[in-house]
Amino acid sequence: MAQSTIKVEIKRQPTPDAPSVTEKFEIPYRPGMNITSLLGEIALNPVDVSGRATTPVTYDSNCLEEICGSCAMLINGKARMACSALVDKLDQPITLAPLSKFPVVRDLAVDRSVLFENLKKVKAWVPIDGSYDLGAGPRQAPQIQEQRYPLSNCISCTICMEVCPQFNDVTNFVGAATIAQAKLFNMDPSGSVLKEERLRALAGDGGIQECGFAQNCVQACPKQLPLTEAISDMGRDVFIQQVKDLFAR
Amino acid sequence: MAAATPRIIVVGGGLAGLAAVIKIAEAGGKVDLFSIVPVKRSHSVCAQGGINAAKDLKGEGDSVLKHFDDTIYGGDFLANQTPVKNMTAQGPAIIDLLDRMGVPFNRTPEGLLDFRRFGGTLYQRTAFAGATTGQQLLYALDEQVRRYEAEGKVTKYEGWEFLSAVLDSKGACRGITAMDLRTMDTRTFPADAIIVCTGGNGAIFGKSTNSVVCTGSAQSALYQQGAFYANGEFIQVHPTAIPGEDKLRLMSESARGEGGRVWVPKDKNDKRVAKSIPESDRWYFLEEWYPKYGNLVPRDVATRAIFKVVYEHGMGIDGQPMVYLDLTHLPAERLNKLEGILEIYEKFVGDDPRKVPMKIFPGMHYTMGGLWVDFNQQTNIPGVFAAGEADYSIHGANRLGANSLLSCIYGGFVAGPQAIAYAKTLPAQEGDGGHAAELQRQKEFNSLLLNNPGTENPFKLWRELGDTMTKHATIIRYNAGLDEADSKLVELLDRYRNINLSDKSQWANTSFAFTRQLWNMIQLGRVIVQGARLRDESRGAHYKPDFPERNDEKFLKTTKASYKNDAPAFELEDVDISHITPRPRRYDATA
Repeated sequence: MAQSTIKVEIKRQPTPDAPSVTEKFEIPYRPGMNITSLLGEIALNPVDVSGRATTPVTYDSNCLEEICGSCAMLINGKARMACSALVDKLDQPITLAPLSKFPVVRDLAVDRSVLFENLKKVKAWVPIDGSYDLGAGPRQAPQIQEQRYPLSNCISCTICMEVCPQFNDVTNFVGAATIAQAKLFNMDPSGSVLKEERLRALAGDGGIQECGFAQNCVQACPKQLPLTEAISDMGRDVFIQQVKDLFAR
Repeated sequence: MAAATPRIIVVGGGLAGLAAVIKIAEAGGKVDLFSIVPVKRSHSVCAQGGINAAKDLKGEGDSVLKHFDDTIYGGDFLANQTPVKNMTAQGPAIIDLLDRMGVPFNRTPEGLLDFRRFGGTLYQRTAFAGATTGQQLLYALDEQVRRYEAEGKVTKYEGWEFLSAVLDSKGACRGITAMDLRTMDTRTFPADAIIVCTGGNGAIFGKSTNSVVCTGSAQSALYQQGAFYANGEFIQVHPTAIPGEDKLRLMSESARGEGGRVWVPKDKNDKRVAKSIPESDRWYFLEEWYPKYGNLVPRDVATRAIFKVVYEHGMGIDGQPMVYLDLTHLPAERLNKLEGILEIYEKFVGDDPRKVPMKIFPGMHYTMGGLWVDFNQQTNIPGVFAAGEADYSIHGANRLGANSLLSCIYGGFVAGPQAIAYAKTLPAQEGDGGHAAELQRQKEFNSLLLNNPGTENPFKLWRELGDTMTKHATIIRYNAGLDEADSKLVELLDRYRNINLSDKSQWANTSFAFTRQLWNMIQLGRVIVQGARLRDESRGAHYKPDFPERNDEKFLKTTKASYKNDAPAFELEDVDISHITPRPRRYDATA
């Protein structure tokens, strides 16, 4: 039977320091809606269920096809991308809340810049000599490409960090995404020149040793990155590097 | 003279912007990079199928001159030929560079780059990383820029929106005004030159394949400050998009490049499920009409064919505006190369395209038009450069698939060094260079919006804008409809003055930022609509049934719009045809 409205409850806060409140909405039902189109409907008519005027909801979004990584939030308690969360597949009332491990900016928008800082720490790049024409890159067996490509699909949504019990202020754990990127560049024929620096950056406090093998990351990743495999491979490499460094002293 | 180290601002962190940043940082310049979203989330990430370069690794005898000719012919001879020639010549070196940056391009068994075929060519010329090539390219450039950022050569302003250029008393650019999208603080930033790489304008059409940030707002603001906007009427409608509630999701041309076939049932009343309809009862209309190119005709041609099948023949699936894009016959190893887009279809539609033919329909995708630039990527405002989809060069009347990523990187690579060269000869600024006056102008607009006591909801105005533009200014255009659309846009501008923001707060106020963009969107909409109205011919993506032929005598010209008395004024400019003589564009020919 076709339902006439969609019930949704949104945890909101106007500024980073303000207390949060829950606002309830009922949105006219149309088939094929996703969470971002639901939020668009609220912007068109920002009135809550009791008829009280409110404001459009602030949230991050851009591509709306789960490739830019912007719109991660908690939907019915689960960390996922809002664009690919289809209303027809969700229990109601639908609850929306910001990711819980990152500072709230406003409403459903959070500050996830920590990930981009972490990518600097592990030098997640190939240190090319220059952007001028230096001829073709090294040949690469298709098998290597097939291992690198899935890791390179990381959209920096930070869901792996949100769901990780070890990602918190106590451990300062870098999280799975950063470790996977370190592996990606260590596997690159030219990127591997920085391999030892990356491994050292992942050693010690907040590094790879903080992983508690809860495996939440690999289950929650919207792009199915082989995260636990990456952590395990990098854990081994970090350990070997530490032993080498110990004897090289 | 200007400082020894030129200070350049790049606006937009997609492929074109990042390419420009890399060239400037490498040359020792200082760059401030402004982007609404973290640059890694820019719209370039959505490009799927690949990037063209005539490396001829398949033994087909491809060459950069053939790539050049295909691009000019595909663009129906409207592109200036010199920059296209330069771009195609640099294609192979750009692919090599991306490869060296670590882009996980698909490989042949021997470890070389693999190439696939795309629309508008008979050669396998498209390098690809699965079906998420734009994502992989954007990340590679993002990583290089992050490296420069860590070295202190680049300062990123992510979460800042460009509002306008700061122009001095002689009309030269001396910086920008921008708004912090968290604190809503509006301020000016000094620069010796700026490079505008702000992408497309899909939001003007409401629903498109574009990302949320692709509003064309920055280009429109510059046009309102005196920059020419060129060929605005050339809008690419991609033949294969997934219709959706909030947007039209792209289904890459690579699906056809890997062997996908477009068809409808021969009997419009055929109620059988797609899979059970035998080959003999299917109408592969593209293959029938275009035997040489088949499913890989250029996008404008495929789009009009689908439109004709649905609306003239009444042959859409179940009477709906949809046709099948069928991959179910492809072997697993071919489907694997399309994984990214198959996932999108599965997630958003719910059917597995490996087993069930996809249902698709054309959707607004790309603007060939953009800021007018010279062959050095400089606009007519001294010190304002542009690159990527935001500028009009390269693609003429229709863009070929997999040429956009190349044109972004090429444009950025030209603009970066050219901006430095310009900045080095720039005379010292007189007084404050216009900063205070421009800041005042922007703050007044802000305060007007926030204090307006009106009744109009900006999102409702936007919906009306999108409906009007999609109805009158996409696949088929009639002069009467274009006139109607322009009157509607004038009405929207009028109603805009009566706008009311439900959110007047000054913290992360996204609807306030959106409402600012909306004004620029409507202004640019008029450029598109009136440009189309004036062009009484059919060329590439611009199609008027009342003027079905190309008219080189009158319209082998670039349309240049300038903002005069609150409305677009138009002039025409000759096209550079110094290398290839224009010839009829006939993809249905069999020879």
